[in-house]
Amino acid sequence: MPAIDIRALVHAYADGTQALRGVDLRVDVGEVVAIVGANGAGKSTLLKHLNGLLLAASGSVRIEGIPLTRARLPDVRRRVGYVFQDADDQLFMPTVQDDVAFGPMNLGLAASEVRARVAEALAAVGASHLALRAPYRLSGGEKRAVAIAGVLAMAPSILVLDEPSTGLDPAGRRRLIELLGRLPQTRLVATHDLGLVLQLCPRALVLHEGRVVADGAPARLFADAELLRRCQLESPYEGLKPARSRCAS
Amino acid sequence: MSRLAAALQDLRALDSLALRETALARRDPRAKLAVTLCFIVTVLSFGRYQVAALLPLALFPAVLSAQAQVPGRVLRRTLWLASPFALMVGLANPWFDRTPMLALGGIELGAGWVSFGSILLRVTLTVSATVVLLGSTGMHALCVGLSRLGVPRVFTAQLLFLQRYVHVLAEEALRISTAHRLRAAPGRRLPLSLYASLMGQLLLRAFDRAARVHQAMLARGFDGELRIVEDWRWQRADTLFVGLWCGYFALARAVDLPLALGRLITNVWA
Repeated sequence: MPAIDIRALVHAYADGTQALRGVDLRVDVGEVVAIVGANGAGKSTLLKHLNGLLLAASGSVRIEGIPLTRARLPDVRRRVGYVFQDADDQLFMPTVQDDVAFGPMNLGLAASEVRARVAEALAAVGASHLALRAPYRLSGGEKRAVAIAGVLAMAPSILVLDEPSTGLDPAGRRRLIELLGRLPQTRLVATHDLGLVLQLCPRALVLHEGRVVADGAPARLFADAELLRRCQLESPYEGLKPARSRCAS
Repeated sequence: MSRLAAALQDLRALDSLALRETALARRDPRAKLAVTLCFIVTVLSFGRYQVAALLPLALFPAVLSAQAQVPGRVLRRTLWLASPFALMVGLANPWFDRTPMLALGGIELGAGWVSFGSILLRVTLTVSATVVLLGSTGMHALCVGLSRLGVPRVFTAQLLFLQRYVHVLAEEALRISTAHRLRAAPGRRLPLSLYASLMGQLLLRAFDRAARVHQAMLARGFDGELRIVEDWRWQRADTLFVGLWCGYFALARAVDLPLALGRLITNVWA
Protein backbone atom coordinates (compact mmCIF):
# COMPACT_ATOMS: atom_id res chain seq x y z
CA MET A 1 0.00 0.00 0.00
CA PRO A 2 1.46 3.41 -0.93
CA ALA A 3 1.97 6.02 1.78
CA ILE A 4 0.31 8.65 -0.41
CA ASP A 5 -1.99 8.03 -3.34
CA ILE A 6 -3.39 11.07 -5.15
CA ARG A 7 -5.53 10.75 -8.24
CA ALA A 8 -6.70 13.51 -10.58
CA LEU A 9 -6.63 16.10 -7.80
CA VAL A 10 -8.15 19.43 -8.77
CA HIS A 11 -8.37 22.54 -6.59
CA ALA A 12 -9.61 26.02 -7.30
CA TYR A 13 -9.63 28.85 -4.75
CA ALA A 14 -12.70 30.96 -4.08
CA ASP A 15 -11.33 33.81 -6.24
CA GLY A 16 -11.28 31.43 -9.21
CA THR A 17 -7.53 30.71 -9.22
CA GLN A 18 -7.03 27.18 -10.52
CA ALA A 19 -4.21 25.95 -8.28
CA LEU A 20 -4.21 22.22 -9.13
CA ARG A 21 -5.35 20.85 -12.48
CA GLY A 22 -5.41 17.08 -12.14
CA VAL A 23 -2.42 15.95 -10.09
CA ASP A 24 -1.56 12.24 -9.89
CA LEU A 25 1.02 11.17 -7.35
CA ARG A 26 2.01 7.95 -5.67
CA VAL A 27 4.61 7.95 -2.90
CA ASP A 28 5.80 4.70 -1.36
CA VAL A 29 6.55 4.18 2.32
CA GLY A 30 9.95 5.63 3.31
CA GLU A 31 10.42 7.61 0.10
CA VAL A 32 11.85 11.15 0.22
CA VAL A 33 10.25 13.21 -2.53
CA ALA A 34 10.81 16.84 -3.45
CA ILE A 35 8.12 18.98 -5.03
CA VAL A 36 9.73 21.83 -6.91
CA GLY A 37 8.18 24.65 -8.86
CA ALA A 38 8.05 28.41 -9.14
CA ASN A 39 5.85 30.60 -6.93
CA GLY A 40 2.20 29.87 -7.65
CA ALA A 41 2.94 26.46 -9.19
CA GLY A 42 0.64 24.80 -6.63
CA LYS A 43 3.19 23.29 -4.21
CA SER A 44 1.66 24.56 -0.97
CA THR A 45 -1.86 23.81 -2.21
CA LEU A 46 -0.84 20.23 -2.94
CA LEU A 47 0.77 19.85 0.49
CA LYS A 48 -2.31 21.23 2.24
CA HIS A 49 -4.37 18.43 0.70
CA LEU A 50 -2.19 15.84 2.41
CA ASN A 51 -3.15 16.97 5.90
CA GLY A 52 -6.75 17.89 5.17
CA LEU A 53 -6.16 21.63 5.51
CA LEU A 54 -7.76 21.69 2.06
CA LEU A 55 -10.17 19.04 0.85
CA ALA A 56 -10.29 17.85 -2.75
CA ALA A 57 -12.87 19.58 -4.93
CA SER A 58 -12.41 16.78 -7.42
CA GLY A 59 -10.19 13.70 -7.46
CA SER A 60 -9.06 11.69 -4.46
CA VAL A 61 -6.36 11.64 -1.80
CA ARG A 62 -5.56 8.51 0.19
CA ILE A 63 -3.11 8.44 3.07
CA GLU A 64 -1.93 4.92 3.89
CA GLY A 65 -5.15 3.69 2.35
CA ILE A 66 -7.43 6.08 4.27
CA PRO A 67 -9.52 8.29 2.00
CA LEU A 68 -9.13 11.92 2.99
CA THR A 69 -12.62 13.03 3.95
CA ARG A 70 -13.87 15.34 6.68
CA ALA A 71 -14.88 12.33 8.77
CA ARG A 72 -11.39 10.79 8.59
CA LEU A 73 -9.45 13.99 9.33
CA PRO A 74 -8.29 12.96 12.84
CA ASP A 75 -6.92 9.65 11.47
CA VAL A 76 -5.10 11.42 8.67
CA ARG A 77 -3.66 14.19 10.89
CA ARG A 78 -2.32 11.51 13.21
CA ARG A 79 -0.35 10.12 10.27
CA VAL A 80 0.72 13.25 8.41
CA GLY A 81 2.86 15.85 10.15
CA TYR A 82 2.86 19.27 8.45
CA VAL A 83 5.72 21.72 8.98
CA PHE A 84 4.67 25.21 7.89
CA GLN A 85 6.74 27.56 5.76
CA ASP A 86 6.84 30.25 8.45
CA ALA A 87 7.73 28.71 11.78
CA ASP A 88 6.27 31.77 13.54
CA ASP A 89 2.81 30.69 12.38
CA GLN A 90 3.30 27.32 14.00
CA LEU A 91 4.81 28.26 17.35
CA PHE A 92 2.25 29.93 19.57
CA MET A 93 2.53 28.43 23.03
CA PRO A 94 4.39 30.29 25.82
CA THR A 95 7.37 27.91 25.91
CA VAL A 96 9.06 25.54 23.49
CA GLN A 97 8.13 22.48 25.54
CA ASP A 98 4.47 23.55 25.76
CA ASP A 99 4.44 24.04 22.00
CA VAL A 100 5.97 20.65 21.26
CA ALA A 101 3.45 19.11 23.68
CA PHE A 102 0.50 20.73 21.88
CA GLY A 103 0.14 18.01 19.21
CA PRO A 104 0.56 14.98 21.52
CA MET A 105 -1.93 16.50 23.99
CA ASN A 106 -4.46 16.77 21.14
CA LEU A 107 -3.91 13.05 20.48
CA GLY A 108 -5.28 12.45 23.98
CA LEU A 109 -2.08 10.91 25.35
CA ALA A 110 -1.35 10.70 29.07
CA ALA A 111 0.81 13.49 30.55
CA SER A 112 3.75 11.10 31.20
CA GLU A 113 3.67 9.88 27.58
CA VAL A 114 3.48 13.48 26.35
CA ARG A 115 6.51 14.48 28.44
CA ALA A 116 8.48 11.51 27.08
CA ARG A 117 7.57 12.40 23.50
CA VAL A 118 8.46 16.06 23.99
CA ALA A 119 11.89 15.13 25.37
CA GLU A 120 12.46 12.65 22.55
CA ALA A 121 11.38 15.05 19.79
CA LEU A 122 13.47 17.92 21.15
CA ALA A 123 16.49 15.61 21.44
CA ALA A 124 15.94 14.43 17.85
CA VAL A 125 16.25 17.98 16.52
CA GLY A 126 19.03 18.94 18.96
CA ALA A 127 16.87 21.45 20.80
CA SER A 128 16.61 19.97 24.29
CA HIS A 129 18.38 23.01 25.72
CA LEU A 130 15.61 25.28 24.38
CA ALA A 131 12.76 23.53 26.20
CA LEU A 132 11.99 26.38 28.61
CA ARG A 133 12.62 29.25 26.21
CA ALA A 134 9.86 31.43 24.75
CA PRO A 135 9.55 30.72 20.98
CA TYR A 136 9.91 34.38 19.99
CA ARG A 137 13.37 34.45 21.55
CA LEU A 138 14.70 31.74 19.19
CA SER A 139 16.76 32.25 16.03
CA GLY A 140 15.30 31.30 12.63
CA GLY A 141 17.10 27.94 12.62
CA GLU A 142 16.04 27.15 16.17
CA LYS A 143 12.42 28.02 15.38
CA ARG A 144 12.50 25.68 12.38
CA ALA A 145 13.98 22.86 14.50
CA VAL A 146 11.34 23.37 17.20
CA ALA A 147 8.55 23.45 14.59
CA ILE A 148 9.80 20.10 13.27
CA ALA A 149 9.99 18.76 16.84
CA GLY A 150 6.36 19.82 17.38
CA VAL A 151 5.37 17.63 14.48
CA LEU A 152 7.72 14.73 15.30
CA ALA A 153 6.25 14.53 18.81
CA MET A 154 3.00 13.37 17.21
CA ALA A 155 4.95 10.41 15.76
CA PRO A 156 3.63 10.79 12.22
CA SER A 157 4.54 8.26 9.56
CA ILE A 158 4.58 10.94 6.86
CA LEU A 159 6.30 14.30 7.14
CA VAL A 160 5.34 17.19 4.90
CA LEU A 161 7.58 20.26 4.83
CA ASP A 162 6.76 23.52 3.08
CA GLU A 163 9.90 25.48 2.08
CA PRO A 164 11.90 24.24 5.07
CA SER A 165 15.14 26.06 4.21
CA THR A 166 13.61 29.54 3.73
CA GLY A 167 15.31 32.17 5.85
CA LEU A 168 18.02 29.90 7.21
CA ASP A 169 21.69 30.84 7.21
CA PRO A 170 24.16 28.34 5.62
CA ALA A 171 24.92 26.62 8.94
CA GLY A 172 21.21 26.36 9.80
CA ARG A 173 20.44 25.02 6.34
CA ARG A 174 23.22 22.43 6.67
CA ARG A 175 21.88 21.28 10.05
CA LEU A 176 18.35 21.07 8.61
CA ILE A 177 19.50 18.87 5.71
CA GLU A 178 21.33 16.57 8.13
CA LEU A 179 18.30 16.40 10.40
CA LEU A 180 15.84 15.66 7.60
CA GLY A 181 18.24 13.05 6.19
CA ARG A 182 18.24 11.19 9.53
CA LEU A 183 14.46 10.95 9.94
CA PRO A 184 12.81 7.61 9.20
CA GLN A 185 9.45 8.93 7.95
CA THR A 186 8.17 9.19 4.40
CA ARG A 187 9.04 12.80 3.55
CA LEU A 188 7.61 15.29 1.06
CA VAL A 189 9.51 18.55 0.72
CA ALA A 190 8.15 21.49 -1.25
CA THR A 191 10.99 23.87 -2.06
CA HIS A 192 12.75 26.23 -4.47
CA ASP A 193 16.06 25.14 -2.97
CA LEU A 194 17.28 22.74 -5.64
CA GLY A 195 20.59 22.26 -3.81
CA LEU A 196 18.67 20.87 -0.84
CA VAL A 197 16.72 18.60 -3.20
CA LEU A 198 19.92 17.19 -4.70
CA GLN A 199 21.32 16.39 -1.26
CA LEU A 200 18.16 15.07 0.35
CA CYS A 201 15.75 13.61 -2.18
CA PRO A 202 16.28 10.67 -4.53
CA ARG A 203 13.07 11.66 -6.34
CA ALA A 204 11.62 15.01 -7.41
CA LEU A 205 8.43 16.23 -9.04
CA VAL A 206 8.28 19.41 -11.02
CA LEU A 207 4.98 21.23 -10.64
CA HIS A 208 4.03 23.89 -13.15
CA GLU A 209 0.71 25.74 -13.31
CA GLY A 210 -0.99 23.10 -11.19
CA ARG A 211 0.26 20.07 -13.13
CA VAL A 212 3.07 17.57 -12.58
CA VAL A 213 5.26 18.10 -15.65
CA ALA A 214 8.21 15.92 -14.66
CA ASP A 215 8.92 13.16 -12.15
CA GLY A 216 12.28 11.48 -11.64
CA ALA A 217 15.77 11.64 -10.21
CA PRO A 218 16.69 15.27 -9.39
CA ALA A 219 20.09 15.02 -11.12
CA ARG A 220 18.39 14.08 -14.38
CA LEU A 221 15.60 16.68 -14.08
CA PHE A 222 17.95 19.52 -13.18
CA ALA A 223 20.14 18.74 -16.20
CA ASP A 224 17.18 19.47 -18.50
CA ALA A 225 17.70 23.15 -19.22
CA GLU A 226 14.54 23.46 -21.31
CA LEU A 227 12.35 22.01 -18.50
CA LEU A 228 13.89 24.35 -15.93
CA ARG A 229 13.47 27.39 -18.18
CA ARG A 230 9.83 26.52 -18.94
CA CYS A 231 9.06 26.06 -15.24
CA GLN A 232 10.97 29.20 -14.20
CA LEU A 233 13.58 27.31 -12.21
CA GLU A 234 17.35 27.59 -12.17
CA SER A 235 19.82 24.76 -12.34
CA PRO A 236 21.76 24.31 -9.10
CA TYR A 237 24.79 23.44 -11.28
CA GLU A 238 24.76 26.75 -13.14
CA GLY A 239 28.00 28.70 -12.77
CA LEU A 240 27.59 31.95 -10.88
CA LYS A 241 29.15 35.12 -12.21
CA PRO A 242 30.77 37.17 -9.45
CA ALA A 243 29.49 40.74 -9.30
CA ARG A 244 31.99 43.36 -10.48
CA SER A 245 32.47 46.60 -8.63
CA ARG A 246 31.33 49.70 -10.50
CA CYS A 247 33.43 51.99 -8.33
CA ALA A 248 36.48 53.55 -9.96
CA SER A 249 39.41 52.73 -7.72
CA MET B 1 12.24 52.42 20.02
CA SER B 2 8.74 53.17 18.70
CA ARG B 3 5.76 53.12 21.03
CA LEU B 4 4.45 50.03 19.22
CA ALA B 5 7.73 48.18 19.69
CA ALA B 6 7.69 49.11 23.38
CA ALA B 7 4.10 47.85 23.71
CA LEU B 8 5.01 44.54 22.05
CA GLN B 9 8.04 44.26 24.30
CA ASP B 10 5.81 44.78 27.35
CA LEU B 11 3.38 42.11 26.15
CA ARG B 12 6.24 39.68 25.73
CA ALA B 13 7.81 40.76 29.01
CA LEU B 14 4.62 39.73 30.83
CA ASP B 15 4.75 36.30 29.18
CA SER B 16 8.44 35.87 29.97
CA LEU B 17 7.99 36.91 33.60
CA ALA B 18 5.72 33.95 34.18
CA LEU B 19 8.51 31.59 33.10
CA ARG B 20 10.80 32.77 35.92
CA GLU B 21 11.32 30.56 38.93
CA THR B 22 9.91 32.83 41.63
CA ALA B 23 8.10 32.00 44.86
CA LEU B 24 4.91 33.40 43.35
CA ALA B 25 5.26 31.50 40.07
CA ARG B 26 5.23 28.25 42.06
CA ARG B 27 1.79 28.97 43.53
CA ASP B 28 -1.16 27.19 41.93
CA PRO B 29 -2.85 29.52 39.39
CA ARG B 30 -6.19 28.89 41.12
CA ALA B 31 -4.78 30.26 44.38
CA LYS B 32 -3.52 33.40 42.66
CA LEU B 33 -6.79 33.82 40.80
CA ALA B 34 -8.87 33.42 43.95
CA VAL B 35 -6.76 35.89 45.93
CA THR B 36 -6.75 38.48 43.14
CA LEU B 37 -10.50 38.17 42.71
CA CYS B 38 -10.98 38.59 46.45
CA PHE B 39 -8.69 41.65 46.35
CA ILE B 40 -10.65 43.28 43.52
CA VAL B 41 -13.97 42.65 45.27
CA THR B 42 -12.57 44.14 48.48
CA VAL B 43 -11.27 47.24 46.69
CA LEU B 44 -14.60 47.77 44.93
CA SER B 45 -16.58 47.32 48.14
CA PHE B 46 -15.22 50.53 49.73
CA GLY B 47 -17.37 53.65 49.78
CA ARG B 48 -16.93 56.28 47.05
CA TYR B 49 -15.39 58.84 49.43
CA GLN B 50 -12.94 56.44 51.09
CA VAL B 51 -9.35 57.09 50.11
CA ALA B 52 -7.14 56.65 53.16
CA ALA B 53 -8.85 53.38 54.13
CA LEU B 54 -7.88 51.94 50.73
CA LEU B 55 -4.18 52.64 51.18
CA PRO B 56 -3.31 49.52 53.25
CA LEU B 57 -4.53 47.39 50.31
CA ALA B 58 -1.60 48.69 48.25
CA LEU B 59 0.49 46.22 50.23
CA PHE B 60 -0.88 43.35 48.10
CA PRO B 61 0.28 44.51 44.64
CA ALA B 62 3.48 45.91 46.17
CA VAL B 63 4.49 42.63 47.84
CA LEU B 64 3.42 40.46 44.93
CA SER B 65 5.10 42.56 42.27
CA ALA B 66 8.32 42.36 44.27
CA GLN B 67 7.92 38.59 44.61
CA ALA B 68 7.13 38.15 40.91
CA GLN B 69 9.87 40.64 39.94
CA VAL B 70 7.49 42.61 37.71
CA PRO B 71 9.45 45.61 36.37
CA GLY B 72 8.08 48.99 37.41
CA ARG B 73 8.16 50.08 33.75
CA VAL B 74 5.61 47.42 32.76
CA LEU B 75 3.34 48.43 35.65
CA ARG B 76 3.62 52.13 34.82
CA ARG B 77 2.88 51.60 31.11
CA THR B 78 -0.16 49.44 31.85
CA LEU B 79 -1.48 52.02 34.32
CA TRP B 80 -0.89 54.72 31.72
CA LEU B 81 -2.94 52.71 29.20
CA ALA B 82 -5.75 52.26 31.73
CA SER B 83 -5.73 55.89 32.87
CA PRO B 84 -8.06 57.29 30.16
CA PHE B 85 -10.84 54.97 31.36
CA ALA B 86 -10.35 56.10 34.96
CA LEU B 87 -10.33 59.74 33.86
CA MET B 88 -13.49 59.27 31.80
CA VAL B 89 -15.30 57.72 34.76
CA GLY B 90 -14.20 60.20 37.41
CA LEU B 91 -13.29 63.50 35.79
CA ALA B 92 -16.81 64.91 35.90
CA ASN B 93 -17.14 64.26 39.66
CA PRO B 94 -15.43 67.50 40.87
CA TRP B 95 -17.91 69.59 38.83
CA PHE B 96 -21.07 67.78 39.83
CA ASP B 97 -20.27 67.04 43.47
CA ARG B 98 -18.98 70.26 45.08
CA THR B 99 -19.98 69.60 48.70
CA PRO B 100 -17.00 70.68 50.85
CA MET B 101 -15.38 67.64 52.40
CA LEU B 102 -11.70 68.19 53.12
CA ALA B 103 -9.40 71.06 53.91
CA LEU B 104 -5.78 70.53 52.95
CA GLY B 105 -3.35 73.31 53.88
CA GLY B 106 -6.11 75.89 53.79
CA ILE B 107 -7.49 74.67 50.45
CA GLU B 108 -10.99 73.26 50.62
CA LEU B 109 -11.63 70.16 48.56
CA GLY B 110 -15.08 69.19 47.36
CA ALA B 111 -16.49 65.67 47.67
CA GLY B 112 -16.15 65.26 43.90
CA TRP B 113 -12.36 65.58 44.12
CA VAL B 114 -12.27 62.98 46.90
CA SER B 115 -14.37 60.50 44.91
CA PHE B 116 -12.22 61.18 41.85
CA GLY B 117 -9.09 60.38 43.92
CA SER B 118 -10.78 57.24 45.19
CA ILE B 119 -11.54 56.09 41.61
CA LEU B 120 -7.93 56.69 40.52
CA LEU B 121 -6.63 54.78 43.52
CA ARG B 122 -8.99 51.86 42.90
CA VAL B 123 -7.99 51.65 39.23
CA THR B 124 -4.30 51.76 40.22
CA LEU B 125 -4.77 48.97 42.76
CA THR B 126 -6.89 46.64 40.62
CA VAL B 127 -4.86 47.12 37.43
CA SER B 128 -1.58 46.56 39.31
CA ALA B 129 -2.95 43.40 40.89
CA THR B 130 -4.10 42.10 37.49
CA VAL B 131 -0.71 42.83 35.89
CA VAL B 132 1.04 41.03 38.74
CA LEU B 133 -1.32 38.08 38.34
CA LEU B 134 -0.55 37.88 34.60
CA GLY B 135 3.16 38.40 35.12
CA SER B 136 3.43 35.69 37.75
CA THR B 137 1.18 33.14 36.05
CA GLY B 138 1.10 33.64 32.28
CA MET B 139 -2.05 33.76 30.20
CA HIS B 140 -1.98 30.08 29.36
CA ALA B 141 -1.74 28.84 32.95
CA LEU B 142 -4.29 31.45 33.94
CA CYS B 143 -6.80 30.12 31.43
CA VAL B 144 -6.20 26.57 32.58
CA GLY B 145 -6.68 27.78 36.18
CA LEU B 146 -9.95 29.48 35.19
CA SER B 147 -11.10 26.36 33.45
CA ARG B 148 -10.28 24.28 36.57
CA LEU B 149 -12.31 26.72 38.63
CA GLY B 150 -15.30 25.87 36.46
CA VAL B 151 -15.20 28.62 33.83
CA PRO B 152 -16.44 27.07 30.55
CA ARG B 153 -13.60 26.00 28.24
CA VAL B 154 -15.12 27.86 25.33
CA PHE B 155 -14.57 31.08 27.26
CA THR B 156 -11.00 30.29 28.31
CA ALA B 157 -10.12 29.25 24.74
CA GLN B 158 -11.49 32.57 23.44
CA LEU B 159 -9.41 34.41 26.01
CA LEU B 160 -6.26 32.63 24.88
CA PHE B 161 -6.97 33.27 21.22
CA LEU B 162 -7.61 36.90 22.01
CA GLN B 163 -4.21 37.17 23.65
CA ARG B 164 -2.55 35.43 20.68
CA TYR B 165 -4.42 37.74 18.29
CA VAL B 166 -3.23 40.82 20.18
CA HIS B 167 0.36 39.60 19.66
CA VAL B 168 -0.26 38.98 15.95
CA LEU B 169 -1.90 42.39 15.56
CA ALA B 170 0.97 44.13 17.36
CA GLU B 171 3.60 42.33 15.26
CA GLU B 172 1.85 43.25 12.00
CA ALA B 173 1.31 46.84 13.16
CA LEU B 174 5.01 47.08 13.98
CA ARG B 175 5.96 45.88 10.48
CA ILE B 176 3.63 48.38 8.80
CA SER B 177 4.80 51.20 11.05
CA THR B 178 8.49 50.42 10.37
CA ALA B 179 7.87 50.27 6.62
CA HIS B 180 6.09 53.63 6.80
CA ARG B 181 8.72 55.28 8.99
CA LEU B 182 11.55 54.25 6.64
CA ARG B 183 9.93 56.02 3.69
CA ALA B 184 8.04 58.87 5.33
CA ALA B 185 9.27 62.44 5.28
CA PRO B 186 10.69 63.25 8.70
CA GLY B 187 8.38 65.23 10.96
CA ARG B 188 5.37 65.00 8.63
CA ARG B 189 2.22 63.51 10.03
CA LEU B 190 0.16 61.07 8.01
CA PRO B 191 -3.14 62.34 6.62
CA LEU B 192 -6.17 60.77 8.26
CA SER B 193 -7.27 59.09 5.01
CA LEU B 194 -3.96 57.21 4.83
CA TYR B 195 -4.33 56.13 8.47
CA ALA B 196 -7.70 54.60 7.59
CA SER B 197 -6.19 52.69 4.69
CA LEU B 198 -3.29 51.48 6.87
CA MET B 199 -5.74 50.29 9.53
CA GLY B 200 -7.64 48.32 6.90
CA GLN B 201 -4.41 46.77 5.67
CA LEU B 202 -3.38 45.96 9.22
CA LEU B 203 -6.64 44.15 9.92
CA LEU B 204 -6.44 42.16 6.68
CA ARG B 205 -2.82 41.15 7.30
CA ALA B 206 -3.50 40.24 10.91
CA PHE B 207 -6.54 38.24 9.83
CA ASP B 208 -4.48 36.33 7.23
CA ARG B 209 -1.81 35.60 9.79
CA ALA B 210 -4.37 34.47 12.36
CA ALA B 211 -5.84 32.14 9.73
CA ARG B 212 -2.40 30.59 9.15
CA VAL B 213 -1.89 30.16 12.91
CA HIS B 214 -5.28 28.45 13.09
CA GLN B 215 -4.36 26.15 10.18
CA ALA B 216 -1.12 25.24 11.98
CA MET B 217 -3.18 24.36 15.07
CA LEU B 218 -5.59 22.24 13.02
CA ALA B 219 -2.66 20.43 11.39
CA ARG B 220 -1.57 19.33 14.87
CA GLY B 221 -4.94 17.91 15.75
CA PHE B 222 -6.59 20.91 17.45
CA ASP B 223 -10.30 20.22 17.85
CA GLY B 224 -11.43 23.30 19.76
CA GLU B 225 -10.39 22.15 23.21
CA LEU B 226 -7.22 23.50 24.81
CA ARG B 227 -5.13 20.95 26.58
CA ILE B 228 -1.98 21.54 28.56
CA VAL B 229 0.49 19.39 30.46
CA GLU B 230 -0.25 20.50 34.00
CA ASP B 231 2.32 20.29 36.73
CA TRP B 232 0.41 22.03 39.52
CA ARG B 233 -0.93 20.39 42.59
CA TRP B 234 -2.70 22.30 45.33
CA GLN B 235 -0.30 22.47 48.26
CA ARG B 236 -0.50 23.58 51.87
CA ALA B 237 1.42 26.71 50.88
CA ASP B 238 -1.39 27.58 48.47
CA THR B 239 -3.98 27.31 51.24
CA LEU B 240 -1.76 29.47 53.46
CA PHE B 241 -1.32 32.00 50.63
CA VAL B 242 -5.07 32.29 50.08
CA GLY B 243 -5.89 32.30 53.80
CA LEU B 244 -3.36 34.96 54.81
CA TRP B 245 -4.13 37.40 52.03
CA CYS B 246 -7.90 37.04 52.25
CA GLY B 247 -7.61 37.46 56.04
CA TYR B 248 -5.65 40.67 55.50
CA PHE B 249 -8.23 41.96 53.02
CA ALA B 250 -11.01 41.23 55.52
CA LEU B 251 -9.08 43.11 58.23
CA ALA B 252 -8.47 46.10 55.94
CA ARG B 253 -12.16 46.13 55.07
CA ALA B 254 -13.42 45.82 58.63
CA VAL B 255 -10.99 48.21 60.31
CA ASP B 256 -9.86 51.59 58.99
CA LEU B 257 -6.18 50.76 59.47
CA PRO B 258 -4.72 54.25 58.81
CA LEU B 259 -7.20 55.75 61.27
CA ALA B 260 -6.45 53.07 63.85
CA LEU B 261 -2.72 53.59 63.37
CA GLY B 262 -3.16 57.36 63.68
CA ARG B 263 -5.08 56.96 66.93
CA LEU B 264 -2.47 54.59 68.29
CA ILE B 265 0.37 56.98 67.49
CA THR B 266 -1.57 59.93 68.94
CA ASN B 267 -2.23 57.99 72.15
CA VAL B 268 1.43 56.97 72.47
CA TRP B 269 2.56 60.57 71.97
CA ALA B 270 -0.05 61.86 74.36
